[in-house]
Amino acid sequence: MSLATLLLLADGRLPSGGHAHSAGLEAQVTAGRVRSVADLDGFLRGKLATGGLVSAAFAAAACADATRWADLDAGLDARTPSPALRRASRAQGRALLRAGRAMWPVAGVGREPHQPVALGALAAAAGLSPGQAAVAAAHGAITGPASAAVRLLGLDPYRVHALLARLAPECDRIAEVAASRSGDAVDRLPASGAPLLDIGAEYHATWEVRLFAS
Amino acid sequence: MDPHAPLTGGSRALRVGIGGPVGSGKTALVAALCRALGAQLRLAVVTNDIYTTEDADFLLRNGVLPAERIRAVETGCCPHTAIRDDISANLDAVEDLESSLGPLDLVLLESGGDNLTATFSKGLIDQQIFVVDVSGGDKVPRKGGPGVTTADLLVINKTDLAPLVGADLSVMDRDARARRGDLPTVFLSLAEDRGATPVADWIRGLVAARAAG
Ligand SMILES: Nc1nc2c(ncn2[C@@H]2O[C@H](COP(=O)(O)OP(=O)(O)O)[C@@H](O)[C@H]2O)c(=O)[nH]1
Ligand SMILES: [Mg+2]
Repeated sequence: MSLATLLLLADGRLPSGGHAHSAGLEAQVTAGRVRSVADLDGFLRGKLATGGLVSAAFAAAACADATRWADLDAGLDARTPSPALRRASRAQGRALLRAGRAMWPVAGVGREPHQPVALGALAAAAGLSPGQAAVAAAHGAITGPASAAVRLLGLDPYRVHALLARLAPECDRIAEVAASRSGDAVDRLPASGAPLLDIGAEYHATWEVRLFAS
Repeated sequence: MDPHAPLTGGSRALRVGIGGPVGSGKTALVAALCRALGAQLRLAVVTNDIYTTEDADFLLRNGVLPAERIRAVETGCCPHTAIRDDISANLDAVEDLESSLGPLDLVLLESGGDNLTATFSKGLIDQQIFVVDVSGGDKVPRKGGPGVTTADLLVINKTDLAPLVGADLSVMDRDARARRGDLPTVFLSLAEDRGATPVADWIRGLVAARAAG
C-alpha cells in the first residue's frame, strides 16, 4: 500500500477525463444557486454527504471484491436516476480506466463501468486498500467541482483551497463510514441522492452552449 | 480483448489536429477538407467547441459530412487541456467513430480554439496544423509560440483580407520561415479556395506515405 500511489490516483492532473465535468455545478451556477465560496461550501458538503458517500462506498466495495463489479455497477445505475448523470459517470469510468490501464494491469471490469467501480478496480490493481479507494473517491467528489467553480465563477483559488482544507476531516470521516460498509450487500450500500442535481443534469444536457460535459 | 488497447498499429486512421485561435478559420478549413477529400478518403471529424453542436451543425448545413461522421467533445472551460494534458475524451471519440463506422483513413480533430500556446499531444494526433489569420495584422508569426513554431503545417488564412487590414504577407512569410525552419507554411483564403487546395494536397501526401508504410 503505497501512499505515493494513492496520491497519483487522486491527483487532479491524472488524465482521466475529470476536467470536463463539473459534477452538476455548472447547472447550479447558471441557476444562481452557487455564486460565492460560501455557496460552494454548502454545495460541497452536500456533495460529500450524498454522491461522495455513495461513490466512496462503491469504490471501496469494488476494491475489496472483484467478483462484485457487475452487481456494484447495477447498484450505481439504480442510484443514478438521471440518464445524463449515468452517461457522465460511465464516460468518466471509461476515461479513468484508460489512464489506469497505462499504469497498472486491470482486467474484467468492462469497457465503460460507472466511475466508482472503475476507481475501486484500479485501486485494487494498484495494490491500494478499500479504505484508500474510499478516500480517493470522496476527495474526487469535492475537488472536481471545486476546480470547476474556480473556472466557472472566477473564485479566488486560495479561498477555494482553504475551503477544501476545512472539508478534509469530513472527507476522511465519510470515507471511513463508506469503507466500513464496503462488505454490505449492494442493496444495503449507501443510496443518498440529490434530486436537484439530477434535475439540473437533465436540464444541462439540453443546453446548446455549455462549458462542462456534466 | 482489452477494450483499451492503445490506438496504435498500422491500420488505424491518420489523425490530424487542427489548432489555432478562435475565428482563424479552423471549422472553415475542416469543411473545405471534407469537401476536397470526402469522396476519396474514409474520413471523420471530432470537434471540441463550447457550442455543443454548432461546428457539427455547420458541417451538416454545408452538406460536407453526414452526422454519424462527426463527434463533439466537451472540454470543461479548458480547450487546450482536452487536446494536450487530458486527451481521454478525444481518444474515446476517435475510438467510437472507428468502432461505429469501421476502418477510417483520416480523422480531423478541431481544437476548441485557444491561444498561440495550444498544441496537441502526440498521444492524440499524428500531425498538427496550426491556423492563424491575417486579420490580426502581420505580427502573429513573429510572436511565435508553440503553435506557430512547432506545428507540422502552419496555415496563414484569410489572405483576401490582407489589403483591408494592411497586413504584409511577405513579412508573415519571412517571419514564419525564421520561426519554423524547414517546416512548411501555406497561405490560404478559404473565401476563395473552397477546397483548401494546398492543405488537402499536404494531407493526401501524408495518407499516401502512410499507406506505403
Ligand atoms: N474573409 C475570410 N473569412 C474567412 C476565411 N476563412 C474563414 N472565414 C470566416 O471567419 C469566421 C470564423 O471561421 P471559423 O472557421 O468558424 O473559425 P474557427 O473559430 O477557427 O473555427 C467565419 O465567419 C468564416 O466564414 C477566409 O479565408 N477569408
Ligand atoms: Mg471552430
